[in-house]
Amino acid sequence: MKKLVPFLAACLLLVLSSYVRPMAGYQVGDKAADFKLKNVDGKLVSLADNKTAKGYIVVFTCNTCPYAQAYESRIIALHQKYASQGYPVVAINPNDPALAPGDSFAAMQAQAKSKKYPFPYLLDETQQVAQSYGATRTPHLYVLTRQGTGNEFKVSYIGAIDDNSEDATRVKTKYVENAMTEILAGKPATTGSTKAIGCSIKWRKA
Amino acid sequence: MKLFPLAAALLFALPSQAQQVALIKLPELQKRLSRKTDTTYVINFWATWCAPCVKELPYFEQVNTTYAKQKVKVLLISMDYASQLDKKVKPFVLKRGLKSEVVLLNEADPNTWMDKVDGKWSGALPFTLMINNSKQKRVAYEKEFTQPELTAALQKFLQ
Repeated sequence: MKKLVPFLAACLLLVLSSYVRPMAGYQVGDKAADFKLKNVDGKLVSLADNKTAKGYIVVFTCNTCPYAQAYESRIIALHQKYASQGYPVVAINPNDPALAPGDSFAAMQAQAKSKKYPFPYLLDETQQVAQSYGATRTPHLYVLTRQGTGNEFKVSYIGAIDDNSEDATRVKTKYVENAMTEILAGKPATTGSTKAIGCSIKWRKA
Repeated sequence: MKLFPLAAALLFALPSQAQQVALIKLPELQKRLSRKTDTTYVINFWATWCAPCVKELPYFEQVNTTYAKQKVKVLLISMDYASQLDKKVKPFVLKRGLKSEVVLLNEADPNTWMDKVDGKWSGALPFTLMINNSKQKRVAYEKEFTQPELTAALQKFLQ
């Protein structure tokens, strides 16, 4: 009888987590799970790989979404600004290529090459990473901060890059840059999460 | 011979009527969403560039016909940029012959207004609201509907 209680508790936890986790995704302050995904160069990439990174700017994006395209050069600029300060960009494409042929691995390779991506561009083939993060659209951005010297990462910012997707020259508020200024100073971001329109992630049909 | 001016008038009147897409700001949208009426509003946020949105638009159009005798109204809210109104949105509405009312929400920064439309909306399109204010009912779907799914959701809502 004594053994049954932990067993039932474990069952309950499993049931609850399977319902709650994939839909809810992360909130600011949550621990972010590491992943191992295939980069456009064929090599596997994990958050743990880069021992010197203080964190990462993880962005779910893709080839085909007009909003992702509108933000592409701004994502490259984020990497150029923050990689040297310890926060490189990691781009992840979560779209099912069966539903979005322009998001195939070969198309990702071509895109990364033609735009000279200075960061990894990873394929989330099972879509599990996007699900566990709670990404719903492209682009959808997460700033992660390394805890101590280990391989544990905490979510510091979730949301939009800035307040004008259409025109970078008309941006008034740079949400990610504002958050990064505070995060780099060791403070929590005043605006920890923001909303933005984007293309729904093309989830594999069950 | 008198028919000609009439025919010509019809010919020119029809497309221009179908092309009316009003630009609205958030307060106008909020006003419409909070109207005290027993009409059920089916409000679909979409964009011409959003493939799943475009795919499901005919299902929303179908609602107008299926529920013609009930107090159900479809409102299609375009999330296209206002700068694309004449270039893309109006021609799209015309080409597809959309019968539902179409408006374009002219707000630049979703972060300032999205929560005021619905807190459950993460920002992915398509997004659909079903609202009946006199029954104080409201549901939100951040997903792409199939036709049977939309019919089932609306049936359930109207019960």
